[in-house]
Amino acid sequence: MSLNPNQKENTLPPVTSGLKKYRGQWSATEVRHLLKRTTFGAKQQDINLFLKMSPSKAVAYLVNTEEPMPAPPINYYNDDKYTDEEIPMGQTWINTLKYNGMNNGRRKNSLKGWWIGLMINQQPTLREKMVLFWHNHFATETRTVDNALMLYKHNVLLRVFALGNFKEMVKAITKDPCMLRYLNGTANTKKAPDENYGRELQELFTVGKGPGSHYTEDDVKAAAHVLTGFYIDYKTFNSQFGPGRHDEGDKKFSSFYKNTVITGRKGPDGEKELDDLLNMIFEQEEVSKFICRKLYRQFVYHVIDDTTEKNIITPLAKTFRKNNYEIKPVLEELLGSKHFFDVAFRGSIIKSPIDFAVGLCREYDLGFPPDSNYVDQYNCWLQVQGTAANMQQNIGDPPNVAGWPAYYQVPDFDKMWINSDTLPKRNQFSDRMIFSGIVRPQQVKVQIDPVGHAKQFSDPGNPDTLINDAVQSLYMMDLSDKDKEYLKSGVLLSGLQGKMSDHYWTQAWQNLADKPDDVANRNNVTNKLKNLYKYLMNLPQYQLM
Amino acid sequence: MKRRDFLRNTVAGVAIPYFLNGYAVKGMSANPFMRAASKYMGEDKVLVLIQLSGGNDGLNTVIPLDQYSAYTAARSNIAIPEDKALKLNGIEGVGLHPAMTEMQQLFNDGKLGIVQAVSYPKPNFSHFRATDIWMTGSDADKIISTGWAGRYLDDVFPNFPAEYPNSKMPDPLAVQIGSVVSTTFQGPAFTMGLAISNPSSFYNLLEGKVNVDSNTRWGAQLDYLEVVATKTDQYANVIKQAALKVKQQSPKYPAPGKNPLADQLKIVARLVAGGLKTKVYMVSTGSFDTHSKQTDTADNTVGVHANLLKRVSEAIGVFMDDLQYLQCADRVMGMTFSEFGRRIKSNASGGTDHGAAAPVFYFGNGVKAKVHGTNPVLPASASVNDNVQMQHDFRALYAGILQEWFTLDQKDVSNVLNGQFQPLQMV
Repeated sequence: MSLNPNQKENTLPPVTSGLKKYRGQWSATEVRHLLKRTTFGAKQQDINLFLKMSPSKAVAYLVNTEEPMPAPPINYYNDDKYTDEEIPMGQTWINTLKYNGMNNGRRKNSLKGWWIGLMINQQPTLREKMVLFWHNHFATETRTVDNALMLYKHNVLLRVFALGNFKEMVKAITKDPCMLRYLNGTANTKKAPDENYGRELQELFTVGKGPGSHYTEDDVKAAAHVLTGFYIDYKTFNSQFGPGRHDEGDKKFSSFYKNTVITGRKGPDGEKELDDLLNMIFEQEEVSKFICRKLYRQFVYHVIDDTTEKNIITPLAKTFRKNNYEIKPVLEELLGSKHFFDVAFRGSIIKSPIDFAVGLCREYDLGFPPDSNYVDQYNCWLQVQGTAANMQQNIGDPPNVAGWPAYYQVPDFDKMWINSDTLPKRNQFSDRMIFSGIVRPQQVKVQIDPVGHAKQFSDPGNPDTLINDAVQSLYMMDLSDKDKEYLKSGVLLSGLQGKMSDHYWTQAWQNLADKPDDVANRNNVTNKLKNLYKYLMNLPQYQLM
Repeated sequence: MKRRDFLRNTVAGVAIPYFLNGYAVKGMSANPFMRAASKYMGEDKVLVLIQLSGGNDGLNTVIPLDQYSAYTAARSNIAIPEDKALKLNGIEGVGLHPAMTEMQQLFNDGKLGIVQAVSYPKPNFSHFRATDIWMTGSDADKIISTGWAGRYLDDVFPNFPAEYPNSKMPDPLAVQIGSVVSTTFQGPAFTMGLAISNPSSFYNLLEGKVNVDSNTRWGAQLDYLEVVATKTDQYANVIKQAALKVKQQSPKYPAPGKNPLADQLKIVARLVAGGLKTKVYMVSTGSFDTHSKQTDTADNTVGVHANLLKRVSEAIGVFMDDLQYLQCADRVMGMTFSEFGRRIKSNASGGTDHGAAAPVFYFGNGVKAKVHGTNPVLPASASVNDNVQMQHDFRALYAGILQEWFTLDQKDVSNVLNGQFQPLQMV
């Protein structure tokens, strides 16, 4: 067992398929691959929808479908310990400017619950996955920003630009109050330049630290000087530009930026230096490559070898530049390509905790409380959020400004999600959702319905096809016949009397339909299915997508 | 063990010769006998790494009192008043931040040392890159994907994880408190570290009964998952057993949640005392990235940075107390590190920007309590670009630990560190 996963990945033959449009087989397997990568879990009704389309229509649907902005988060949180005097229950809190320690804490929770709710209830479009992608890219932490309104506005910004223009997004992020607070932009003045944002703008947000990036420490300083003057108006929680804070001197950049000098602008015009700065940075081809590599790792696979760099990243980055940094054409080209659908990549990504927890909720089509019962609804959403947080992906609070290590840490990348602490927690969550569920007072319960799930299969009364279909719906790879036999005899039928027989199961399943009041039979069938699903979700295959 | 019984009754801070297999050994320092012994000679020795993430402001941690006017000139808005700095017995001109009373006590008791101005040539000012450099032990301009402790463990315990656990090493090689294993423990193929947040939460994983197609990308991912699943299962038990052996710990710990670093070190003490042979533990605390308002405007001895240092000092103090209480203090050596120090000159936001060299603390019953190096030389009027100059390469500290504490052969030390570094005499 002296295997080395990284070495092995490096010795696998490169995938040579390129960006040409995929026109191959279009079965539930290919649709699942597309949906698991682009939404949170592949939901049955979305699979059915996409099966009726061609591959390129399905990708176009994911990328181009227009969606209204969601209704804002609300007060679900009054209880015997605290009442938000200003905001009635069920009403949104985003229009008030009054903040204190108590209402801020509750509203921040409301924001996180609301956000996870948007993921659970997402449409089959790329928007919510891209919101999370940008959250990881332009990482901020609620514990540092610590104001629910600025955090909400930031989240809206990510959603507005999720599939928009990247250059405009960087400009908006630069002036975003949440980011001004998080990376000290609001404290960046000509008297006391603060380099924090000027550095991360280059290192993490645009040119990156890849082989083609050679900006210098002086460029960090010069960028910081360009960006002096933006600050947060804490009366309105909006950002402002204060000409008095702006350094009106000229800013000189290194040879990496072709020795550009950004001429100092006076008065309110100082704000326009941001455009000068972004124009200079976006002149660098490395920006397009850096972002395309990150998108590639998000949607396809963590290893970018020379073949992929040449066949995929380089032309994709060209598309990005040709379209003035619009995101949609890049995603449409990548996700619609032969490369993306290449069988080599099926199941090659380890699910993030959000993919794992939210994907589970969606793939089993769990029934969460309706809008009318928003108190239980938010509380259940927050339980899912807290679960993912325990598995090391706390939305709103990545570990630091670089985002989650699983998206950048060489050589492990998504393996970083899995360790001796988090893997058992994943198993505990799937066990919990199948055996007890999320329980609230008044018999509100969010739980997997294994019988309902099995009913959607072609012939659940036949144990072999049941197991086949269950494996196919939960995994991106098949199991061997030996394993399936074990699942049948060792897991599904282990409790049956005498020598297990396929017929016994068929009869029990049939009885469920014929005699729905036979509680013993119902429990028997339900428990058998629970054991099967539990086992399938505990096997490591379930961690892959 | 006789040696432990003996040392438990000795006066702390006084190096007393004792006998090991008939040979007189002074303190914990290595001698030819120990070097000649196997790599397992340092078998029961444990290293605890404490990461101060964010870049600790060294000049307000170890204060150069001998250049007090240059110090205040450079950072009048955050300077610690001269009379508030904590004095160290027998050391002139060096003061500790007033929040670090426990560490002052440890120094005066002979259980804590300070290394001035630790860094490396061409220091990097990016948190992530600098952290990687510290954790991998690489040159500033080289990329290494393995961690320095990971390479050490790979050297001493070859063929991990295939041949482990075994009778010689039944326990995890390294333990990270928290859920993400640090790059420090990254070995050539696998991470050599095990993450635990709470030993009692360990969970029995079932064995994967599957045939893996190893020639695919998903197969490679699956192999990794299976290995983690198996390891989790095997080590969960030994960790639980070890934890259960310790019924009581020092009553001096702050209430759970009050000091997260103390909470982490409490688990470490429990596992060490419970008999785990684990060589390296890592804990972390933050955030030391004090760009603004690192002190209270009214009183520079309190505020954000003071609270951070208080947390570190209190945690190390109570941890040492607990190790003594659990009678395993002689086995443990600890060391702090941070990805960089901060600029000599403070900024106008009452904070400090990313800098270069900074002091490192190390502690334990067996350490040499001294100050290595001199105070950083501060310019009379520091500019925004002035940095603390390096006096010690951080890998000299690693070399000292590997060679003197873990008694690793000199040749192996060079291999682990990818080069020759004069071991710093810390033990």
